[in-house]
Amino acid sequence: MHFADGTVPADYLGYVRRKYLWVLGGLVLLFFLLIISISVGAVSIPPSDVFLSIVNGSIDRITALLQPGASMDEPGNWDRIIWNIRLPQALAAIVAGVGLSVAGVAMQSILRNPLGSPFTLGISNAGAFGAAVSVIVLGTGQMQSTVASAVTLNNPYLTTVVAFAFCLLATAVILLISRIRGASPEVMVLAGVALSSLFTAGTMFLQYFADDTQLAAVVFWTFGDVGRINWEELGVMAFVVAGACIFFLANRWNYNSIDAGDETAKGLGVNVERVRNIGMIVAALVSAVIVSFLGVIGFVGLVCPHMVRRVIGDDQRYLIPGSCVMGGLLLLASDTVARLIVAPYVLPVAVLTAFMGAPVFIYLLIRGYRR
Amino acid sequence: MILSVDELCFLYKNREVLSKIAFSIDRGEVVAILGPNGVGKTTLLKCLNRILRPKSGVVNLDGEDLCQLDLMDIARRVGYVPQRVETGRLTAFDAVLLGRRPHIGWDVTGHDLRIVDAVFHRLSMDHLRLSYIDEMSGGELQKIAIARALVQEPKILLLDEPTSSLDLKNQVEILSTIVQVVRQHNIAAVMTMHDLNQAFRYADRFIFLKAGHIYAHGGREVVTADVIEEVYGLPVIIGEIAGVRCVIPEGGAGMPEKHAASPGEQKSDAYV
Repeated sequence: MHFADGTVPADYLGYVRRKYLWVLGGLVLLFFLLIISISVGAVSIPPSDVFLSIVNGSIDRITALLQPGASMDEPGNWDRIIWNIRLPQALAAIVAGVGLSVAGVAMQSILRNPLGSPFTLGISNAGAFGAAVSVIVLGTGQMQSTVASAVTLNNPYLTTVVAFAFCLLATAVILLISRIRGASPEVMVLAGVALSSLFTAGTMFLQYFADDTQLAAVVFWTFGDVGRINWEELGVMAFVVAGACIFFLANRWNYNSIDAGDETAKGLGVNVERVRNIGMIVAALVSAVIVSFLGVIGFVGLVCPHMVRRVIGDDQRYLIPGSCVMGGLLLLASDTVARLIVAPYVLPVAVLTAFMGAPVFIYLLIRGYRR
Repeated sequence: MILSVDELCFLYKNREVLSKIAFSIDRGEVVAILGPNGVGKTTLLKCLNRILRPKSGVVNLDGEDLCQLDLMDIARRVGYVPQRVETGRLTAFDAVLLGRRPHIGWDVTGHDLRIVDAVFHRLSMDHLRLSYIDEMSGGELQKIAIARALVQEPKILLLDEPTSSLDLKNQVEILSTIVQVVRQHNIAAVMTMHDLNQAFRYADRFIFLKAGHIYAHGGREVVTADVIEEVYGLPVIIGEIAGVRCVIPEGGAGMPEKHAASPGEQKSDAYV
């Protein structure tokens, strides 16, 4: 059958353009927030200098990469603050926010459940349990009192690796259970909730027998904090998050189909079980990387997609990029406030995400959808 | 002949749900699958586009064996309208555009948009294009689902109880639309139905399922009071109102005295 007599409707094209403009606007906002976030702090740096330092620093580093012998300008104090402390922290906030949010939006779609997120499915709690095992059982935690961060872990890499392993274990168990029960979304969600409780109980059990220093180290690890990352770790995280974003975007039509119902999706040629399983693995992987580097950061993965839904709707073509931008915005804004609110002390960002996000989210829930 | 099914069997947990199903459909035909709840009408429909995988048998569509095609290939040839349609916050245009899923690569093209536009026009829904589907009525949603199946540009449409939750006007509208589209584009439609009166009016051929088998199969001549009583386990009166055949279940509460137990087929002027 053929329908050849149609035209491309102008009103629809205008509608699509408006959706993308929202995403673009969010990106511009994110850029300005990045500059402001770097400029504020114990030492205040004018935004224009922040911008110049980032541009010049980037050019210097690229030149140094291309011509290993070239001499670099001696960095000033501001350059050091920007490049060693504030820029990696701000970028980590953006990358983690993007990753958690995109994992959340994908999970909500493939599980057909608005409560889907790395946190609800037990992946974050599995990571926290892994960290507790590492610190308490394997003895990788130790207290060191400094002003910048109250506790350090004497073997952060092992803690990260063990946390990552437990995140993957949780995912494997969820997938195994769902395999037995035929990849049903209800089973996946309920299995995730059960695992979440199990790992929380396990963490509490370990904490009960821990000494003061170990307990402090575990609690410190659990408060997700973007300040603990270095450039190499940031690179790994950015690589995984970028890969996941491309993967989810490539699947946007499949997720739209599943949103219309499993049977509709199957009728449209989508292999629903396979899309669901692979999507879960990718979402879990990106969450696991972020959680094991930064600790537990709840709320972003659950709520950012819903914030975006209220503004630009449920179509994954706009929802996925929109959620990425919103995740970056929320976590960067939270981290900036966390650094300033009780200065000179710095709060871990996880404390602030819910403080910042919940009121906005409740407002959006009450207001309903945007026309 | 556009679709032929032969020796089709389907097992669910080792229980035979469908056995030795065989029928064929010509271009331009609307076929109704009839039978009581749980007899396997929906199962049969899903076996025709491999949402369910039959245990054995052949489904041949326009010269191609569907078992040799992958799901995406089948979706380019068979449009499916399920019983339940989920809503979400997206426009009617986007919801229908989704039907192009089997045809698109990385993104939709102008060609896809033109087809969607033409289908909106064809179903007289131009005014609904940018409405959000989560604010729509059941009838409008059902039209969206049918439009979505049409933009797949299928050779055959499968519809699972397309009118089950609709009011009278919407039932007539939806079924008329299906019949018109089938005739105009010379495709075929297979639909499961519960309402025998609607089936009589709109379908060309009828397949009665009983206990996993085809009990009767053919044109209007196969629809007799005996067949319906055998299949549904309930005596009926078949009559004609304004030239349209109607079925009325016999007995039970709400029947006038004189028909409370009268068997067989008769003219039912009494109900005009």
